[in-house]
Amino acid sequence: MNETYSAVAGFAQTWGLLYFVVLFGIVLAYVFWPKNRKDFDDAAQIPFRED
Amino acid sequence: MAQTQARLITLEEGLFAAFLVVLAFACLIVAGKTYDQVMAFHAMLGAFVAAGSVFVIFKNYFDDGGIPIPQEINGKPNYNMAPVKFGVVAAMFWGISGFTVGLIIASQLAWPALNFDLPWTNFGRLRPLHTSAVIFAFGGNVLIATSMYVVQRTCRVRMPGSVLPWFVIIGYNVFIVIAGTGYLLGATQSKEYAEPEWYADLWLTIVWVAYLLLFLGTLWKRKEPHIYVANWFYLAFIVTIAMLHLVNNATIPVTVYGTKSYIVWSGVQDAMVQWWYGHNAVGFFLTAGFLAIMYYFVPKRAERPVYSYRLSIVHFWALIFLYIWAGPHHLHYTALPQWASTLGATFSIILWMPSWGGMINGLMTLSGAWDKLRTDPVLRMMVVSVAFYGMSTFEGPLMSLRSVNSLSHYTDWTIGHVHSGALGWVGYISFGALYCLVPWLWNKKNLYSLKLVNWHFWLSTLGIVLYITSMWVSGIMQGLMWRAYDALGFLEYSFIETVEAMYPFYVIRALGGALFVLGAVIMAYNLWMTVRHGEAEEAEASAAGHLAAAE
Repeated sequence: MNETYSAVAGFAQTWGLLYFVVLFGIVLAYVFWPKNRKDFDDAAQIPFRED
Repeated sequence: MAQTQARLITLEEGLFAAFLVVLAFACLIVAGKTYDQVMAFHAMLGAFVAAGSVFVIFKNYFDDGGIPIPQEINGKPNYNMAPVKFGVVAAMFWGISGFTVGLIIASQLAWPALNFDLPWTNFGRLRPLHTSAVIFAFGGNVLIATSMYVVQRTCRVRMPGSVLPWFVIIGYNVFIVIAGTGYLLGATQSKEYAEPEWYADLWLTIVWVAYLLLFLGTLWKRKEPHIYVANWFYLAFIVTIAMLHLVNNATIPVTVYGTKSYIVWSGVQDAMVQWWYGHNAVGFFLTAGFLAIMYYFVPKRAERPVYSYRLSIVHFWALIFLYIWAGPHHLHYTALPQWASTLGATFSIILWMPSWGGMINGLMTLSGAWDKLRTDPVLRMMVVSVAFYGMSTFEGPLMSLRSVNSLSHYTDWTIGHVHSGALGWVGYISFGALYCLVPWLWNKKNLYSLKLVNWHFWLSTLGIVLYITSMWVSGIMQGLMWRAYDALGFLEYSFIETVEAMYPFYVIRALGGALFVLGAVIMAYNLWMTVRHGEAEEAEASAAGHLAAAE
């Protein structure tokens, strides 16, 4: 039982951390990618483009 | 039209009609064989609604001469706004009902005689009626109505289906009626925010899958290449609620002819699943869904794009990946292993970041237009709402810490915290959205009276302040009295002494609630007068006016 706990806890504390950091990194890269800037500025205008 | 091409009944109409016919007969059989009076009542209700819906489907088929509804009129999308209107009216109705029941139970705590010694009106049955009415009936109708509006507008396309949108909005309200009457008659799973019994849950599952398909179908048809950020939040809300609902309501009925069921999880696992559900109901129903409203209605009303679209993307992904882990903080000092509740608290603290990121994004949308707060009480309501969002998401992680929780848990502090989020954040952003939507939907130039919006704003703000401050004092006092020991190590106060001490605060809280109800009644009057007597907006001016906002 104890081994199961430490195995799960060990997994969560290493790979879990890595998983979140990598995910966050991917989101940041997507958001700050220079080529995407125009798309985002454009998307912010969507609510005003309706008819 | 002179020439009409009569069409056959569509596959959609046919399938819905067939499904509802089967459902009506199934309900009749259950109603006939059940020994349980609540079940008999609900099954008859289901049979009537299902049969009535089949009638309406065929009546509409014959009435419209079988002409398909045009997707576009004069090159503009022919938006399907009738179900949205239904949702707006339903939200206002359930809102006032739910707030009033809240006022009744708040008064019962101060004056227990108001229980009337009847089973149907005691606190235990009215309390879930209040929470479900305000969260699921009021909040749910606001979310479904605004999501239908926003997804059509920002995708510039009509929702798919003719029966489907009505099935979603009416089916959801039928669920509300079954759940609410069930509580009054004593049918409950006794799980907080998941009280409806198995058959109501099953029905909600069907409605929710239809809702997901409707939303995805609209996104699929979209004319706008980019999916606007509000739709991401709506989608996260719909998908996550489906998942939470299924896992937390994994029950086995004693018999299909009775209301009672048992959950498959046992003991602490059940507690953990319940609070994983409960906290994410806050995170994805009361937060993600209403953030979607914020990301559409605040820019729209302020006539400026969101402060930072990039921040909104970071906000979205951070919020949905973090919220799902925070639930165990509801189970400090229980049979749940300590590491699990520590994990919950840790994620709650991390949530400060996306929560405040979102709050800053909402507030800063007004940068350069702050003067509008003086002149536009609707925008002011939404901005105060976002401020309350910031306040309650600051308070929440604090209360999730084990040391603070040992004082705050099981006290009125929790009730105060919940209501600063519910009345302040969810209530105000919903009111703001409804004040925007009603003139747009009914083609009116403006609301009937901005003065009345001002009255609503100040009355209910005063009400919220009275509510929160009295619950803070009462809660902290209660917590301190519970943990007070005398010199010999005995408890200083008996339980009834703590109840007595809370009396004045219960009265103040009920007063705050009364002001909030009064504000909502003023709002309903204002919206009613807008629809009946508001100045009509000319069709041309409408289109031009909306476009001019683009800067």
